[in-house]
Amino acid sequence: MGMSLHDLFITPFADFGFMRRALVASLALGLGAGPVGVLLQLRRMSLVGDAMSHAILPGAAIGFLLAGGMSMTAMGLGGIVAGLGVALLSGLVSRLTRLSEDASFASFYLTSLALGVLIVSAHGSNIDLLHVLFGTILAIDTPTLCLMGGVTTVTLCILSVVWRPLVMECVDPGFMRLVGGRGGACHMLFLFLVVLNLVSGFEALGTLMAVGMMMLPAASARLWTRRLWVMMTLAAAIAALSGLGGLLLSFHCRMASGPTIILTCSLFYIFSLVLAPMGLARRLFAPRMKRA
Amino acid sequence: MKIRLLPVGFLPVACALLMTGLVQGHAATARTVHAVASFTVLADVVRQVGGTHVAVTSLVPPDGDPHEFEPSPADAGKLQQADVIFLSGEGLETWFVRLSRAAGYHGTPVIVSNGVPLHEMVEDGHDVTDPHVWNSVPNVEIWTRNIRDALIRVDPQDAEAFRANADAYLVRLHDLDHYIRDRIATVPADRRRVLTGHDAFGYFGREYGVTLMAPQGLSTETEASAADVAALIRQIRTLGVSTYFMENAADPRLVQQVATATGARPGGTLYVEALSPPGGPAADYISMIHHDVDLMVQAMQAAH
Repeated sequence: MGMSLHDLFITPFADFGFMRRALVASLALGLGAGPVGVLLQLRRMSLVGDAMSHAILPGAAIGFLLAGGMSMTAMGLGGIVAGLGVALLSGLVSRLTRLSEDASFASFYLTSLALGVLIVSAHGSNIDLLHVLFGTILAIDTPTLCLMGGVTTVTLCILSVVWRPLVMECVDPGFMRLVGGRGGACHMLFLFLVVLNLVSGFEALGTLMAVGMMMLPAASARLWTRRLWVMMTLAAAIAALSGLGGLLLSFHCRMASGPTIILTCSLFYIFSLVLAPMGLARRLFAPRMKRA
Repeated sequence: MKIRLLPVGFLPVACALLMTGLVQGHAATARTVHAVASFTVLADVVRQVGGTHVAVTSLVPPDGDPHEFEPSPADAGKLQQADVIFLSGEGLETWFVRLSRAAGYHGTPVIVSNGVPLHEMVEDGHDVTDPHVWNSVPNVEIWTRNIRDALIRVDPQDAEAFRANADAYLVRLHDLDHYIRDRIATVPADRRRVLTGHDAFGYFGREYGVTLMAPQGLSTETEASAADVAALIRQIRTLGVSTYFMENAADPRLVQQVATATGARPGGTLYVEALSPPGGPAADYISMIHHDVDLMVQAMQAAH
């Protein structure tokens, strides 16, 4: 007696509120983080996402202490403040000194991370660092869900309003400066979006896994198309589908939910790597095009 | 000449007096044994048995989670100064190996759960030994005897005091055991069900006939799968559990999620693996069990 499609795909969500909330959370996360990840990659800042996810730790820790417990709102707000602080300082330093952006990012995020670990360990083992590093998407409550939905809404609004300068700044910052655009402001706005989406991901998946939802779908989407809006739509779709697939796998195969979602993203990436027009297969099987 | 002779003649006498004084002084104030216990519940039992002859330090602080402990250099220092170290064992203090290596500690810690009839639990298809032995009082009676014997080995001079303290504590534990059985007996058998944060009451449940359900496994370190959470919610919907409990040292979010899905109401905070700070509701082992049993019984009686 096999499982019907209804049992496979509908029952988990129809029967359990926590599965519905987890699904909505991963859809919201994918819609916002996918496009932002694409821009990060165009800007050649793929690893900055990783750096930022560490930078938000002291903010989350201070939020935890002030709220006196696992308050996702306090921890999220703290994370936003800390992440923005690091982004702002690194941006300033890279514009005012000869240090490159990645060098100043590295310095500030390492400082911030050390501060975070210090705060956490100064207050004993009852603040459990692991639950900040690995959040659980199964425990999302309504306020957290609203926060995540808000982040996605803000992200999509900002993207649509300042689309042109943002893309110009990402693709060719030199040109942007040349034509006298407000590149600095645009860049800061963009970093703001990165921080917002990372904190949103951190609420759902923990700081360690938040970047995965942002970078893996973006990398997969880039292998399929050169058109930016298609790329972003694809990234958002892949992220959302990975959320759905990961949750279903976690439900039916008893696997921990966070890593399963990210590994589903990885499967999409490997699939794209092999089969996409700009992936490996094309390169291996049509070598003449390369030489021509 | 007489003046000089007098002190010289006195010298041997003075020396003899001084030495007897030292020896007597030593015998009169027996040394204090410095004991280190891995976590607060164990530290309390060591304190009960050791009495005034033992100074006990706990590595994990009050309200701290003994599964996930990040030792500091000060903790390594405590190990080096300890005359005897007590661990519960059975996979609870996984961090201890790392700490003892860092501290250069080469002794063998006393595993107080030696001799406790262990329960295996199936977790993710593996058989795992449940480390939370102290939630059943007869197991703590075994702890008490093990601690007594270990202290006598370290400090044989105070053996009598340790035996007397242990006997007195065993009587109190015996009373506690009766108290629990009497309280549980007031709840109808089909209502003896409780929802908690993680599987820490296995020994309690078996000893006293209470079914405990939890979204997280034996250790707070593992991440739950959607399947586990769903299975628990289904189970609670069929059995009808109306109250859930938080734990002082664990993440409350998952159990709250389960509670929302099943309509269970919060019943308070159970102290499971860590005592409260002094002055709190569970400052020692016996008050901790009293507190937990009272909360559980109250919740189970209210259930319908």
